[in-house]
Amino acid sequence: MSRWLTEGLLTHKPTTAYPARPESTAGISPGLPVPSSELTGQALEQLVSMCRVGALSKEKNTLGFDDGRCIHCMRCKGKSPKELEWDDSYEWARLTKLGEKNLAKLSASFKASLYIRTIDAGACAACLTEISLLAGPNYNMHRLGFFMTPTPRKADVLLVSGPVTDHMRDHLLEAYDSMPEPKRVIAVGACAMTGGVFGPSFTCAAGLSDMIPVDVVVPGCPPPPLALLHALLVLTGRKQQAEKIRALGSDRS
Amino acid sequence: MQDSLKEFISANFARIELQEHKNGQTILEAECQPGDLVEFCRCLFCDQHMYYAMLVVEESAEQWIIKHVFYAPSGEMLHVLVRLPLAQTILPSIATQVHAADWHEREAEDLFGLTFEGHPRLGDFVLHDHWPEGTNPMRSSFDASQSLPPGKQASDWQPIRLLESEGSFAMPIGPIYSDVSESALFVLETVGEDVLRTIPRLFYKHRGIEKLAEGQKAHDVLLLAERFSGTASFAHTLAFCRAMETIGQIQIPARAQSIRLFVAELERVRHHVSALAKLCASTALAVAASQASILEEQMLRLSCKLSGHRFLFGMNTIGGLSMDIPEELFRQVLQESQEVGGRLLRLRRKLTRTSSFLDRLQDVGVISQQDARAHAMLGPAARACGISMDLRQALPYGPYGDASSLHIPTEQEGDGYARMRIFFEEIQVSLQLMKDALETMPKGPVAAENADCGAGAALGWSEAPGGGTFHWVRTDEEGKVLRWRLGTPSFANWHGFHLAAEKFAFQDFPIILASMGLSVAESDR
Ligand code: SF4
Ligand code: SF4
Repeated sequence: MSRWLTEGLLTHKPTTAYPARPESTAGISPGLPVPSSELTGQALEQLVSMCRVGALSKEKNTLGFDDGRCIHCMRCKGKSPKELEWDDSYEWARLTKLGEKNLAKLSASFKASLYIRTIDAGACAACLTEISLLAGPNYNMHRLGFFMTPTPRKADVLLVSGPVTDHMRDHLLEAYDSMPEPKRVIAVGACAMTGGVFGPSFTCAAGLSDMIPVDVVVPGCPPPPLALLHALLVLTGRKQQAEKIRALGSDRS
Repeated sequence: MQDSLKEFISANFARIELQEHKNGQTILEAECQPGDLVEFCRCLFCDQHMYYAMLVVEESAEQWIIKHVFYAPSGEMLHVLVRLPLAQTILPSIATQVHAADWHEREAEDLFGLTFEGHPRLGDFVLHDHWPEGTNPMRSSFDASQSLPPGKQASDWQPIRLLESEGSFAMPIGPIYSDVSESALFVLETVGEDVLRTIPRLFYKHRGIEKLAEGQKAHDVLLLAERFSGTASFAHTLAFCRAMETIGQIQIPARAQSIRLFVAELERVRHHVSALAKLCASTALAVAASQASILEEQMLRLSCKLSGHRFLFGMNTIGGLSMDIPEELFRQVLQESQEVGGRLLRLRRKLTRTSSFLDRLQDVGVISQQDARAHAMLGPAARACGISMDLRQALPYGPYGDASSLHIPTEQEGDGYARMRIFFEEIQVSLQLMKDALETMPKGPVAAENADCGAGAALGWSEAPGGGTFHWVRTDEEGKVLRWRLGTPSFANWHGFHLAAEKFAFQDFPIILASMGLSVAESDR
């Protein structure tokens, strides 16, 4: 056993500095398209028809982008006559209207440490892989006070991926009902946000929205671990707070 | 290679009609009368030792076309065909003789409303009990765009229990269990401390993708093929694209073939590293688990550097690849993958010297070779019990060309430890294949100029990380998909999962589960 102890001590800990500093290592995120207003005419039409799930659309002659529908098919990346730009961001999560309202009501202790219950509501396992990496050494969410729990009765947050299959619906509702108040919900990925490529259909819902109240949505197919960390920070208002402090700092300097 | 099989059939089954279809792919079809089906299939499976791939049911305007697909390690493939008038929905079950067909027939009963006479276990399977009686979503008359009225699920589902002795009880795990896991239910039948039998109940994640694909353009179905099992997306898109490329008789540029091989092996490495990370975590060996997790993340980052996506989405396209990759980037990815490989060798050395770890894997979750064969188990799980089956070698396809010299690691014990060794070993083989591919990678285009497909039908396959996967596709003149049937390795291996989960100590359950490296999404579809 002591061999493993030394092995552990010798292992270089690659934990990201995020959220204290942005993470920029290659390969942490697929990025997202950045619709630019310069795209018009044919190039615009072409891009819109390239996107098979309606994430790109024509809005008053400029390009509209609905990130909740984007399934990261990568087809619009670097292929049009006039290239659509992509960024390498990962801070994709945002509060829903309800989430904003709910945030104001949260106590400081809720914000400081959270127990999370993950539910696979028909996900393809890519989303789940990214979620499982949150607890690994690269992202180590424990340092930020986030923990997984297998029991909904102890959970503060429900992290749901997948389009919500008919067979998982009741189990999802049951888990939600058995959580103590205050409880929060994060919809992970295109599937949980809009149904992705699977729903709505005869087997799947259009994601979570009309089933249980959602506080935070995270686009992506799948959202990388950093996007999920960002979601947890946004849910608790800690991201916003950090930004305020940073803004204050830069004001002064 | 088919000749000896043809001779054998004509000599022994004079009434069976043999036909060869050539459409970019030679398919040997044996048409049977329902009365001959069982004996013929038994002979192929038990006497000729052919493997069972899958059951394909198609409903045309006038008739049912029902096909059992068999193949042999020597490269033969045979479609055993039965035609029935649409009004007739009863046909003999081959499952009593070809056990591997058991789940396929149960699925077809649920989804098409066919009755397989003589099948020992029909009922609640893909569609759980709360679906209205007589709902058969794969029938052409079923409207897939409707959403079903939300039926209330019975929360107290119980399998048919075998144990009736006093003191025995059934303990359910799932469908939501542990920290992060795919949804599935396991009912463990126990007496005292020991679990005697495990009954998995799957399809909580059934998304009906075969139905969703109907009427869609192949290019759009590709998005489903890529996402129904995201952790093996490249292998499944490869099989699907190959089926479409066969239909359209599309020539794939040599460079695309070579890149496909490189990327498919990269995916295998990442998949196996992930399986090992889960295995280490299941034994609560924290340091090993976190080392493996670091390597898993590293492989995901490498995949992203190479393709722009951590799970390689968007790379495969009908006719080749959607992007070219500069030589320099390939080198970098190979080199870093080899570094991961080196660290894995070190991890394996440490693990094999940790007796507390070995104790939890050795003789745990044992599957015999005979049982694995009867269930047509595939991939690492099968190779760990001495079955040297690998589609890259048995039915060499696309990028693998002549793969007769491919090294296929096998073990004999069929326990958790053997499966772990296979994962480790296959990673090294894949790294070698990536290196070879890069050394001989030709220059040129990465996609065929014209990738249009018209009407046709073809079978595409590939050796996915979990085992061989088969995609049967039929299209109409406009290239729209009429039927897409998937035979996935996880479906076959979940069928055999209970073999590994018999007579064990309760605390070993997570280890047995992890050592099988199964995907629920891939099986549930
Ligand atoms: S990457 Fe997203 S926005 Fe671009 S085509 Fe695909 S789904 Fe549409
Ligand atoms: S959002 Fe994408 S990655 Fe996540 S479960 Fe759905 S298909 Fe898979």
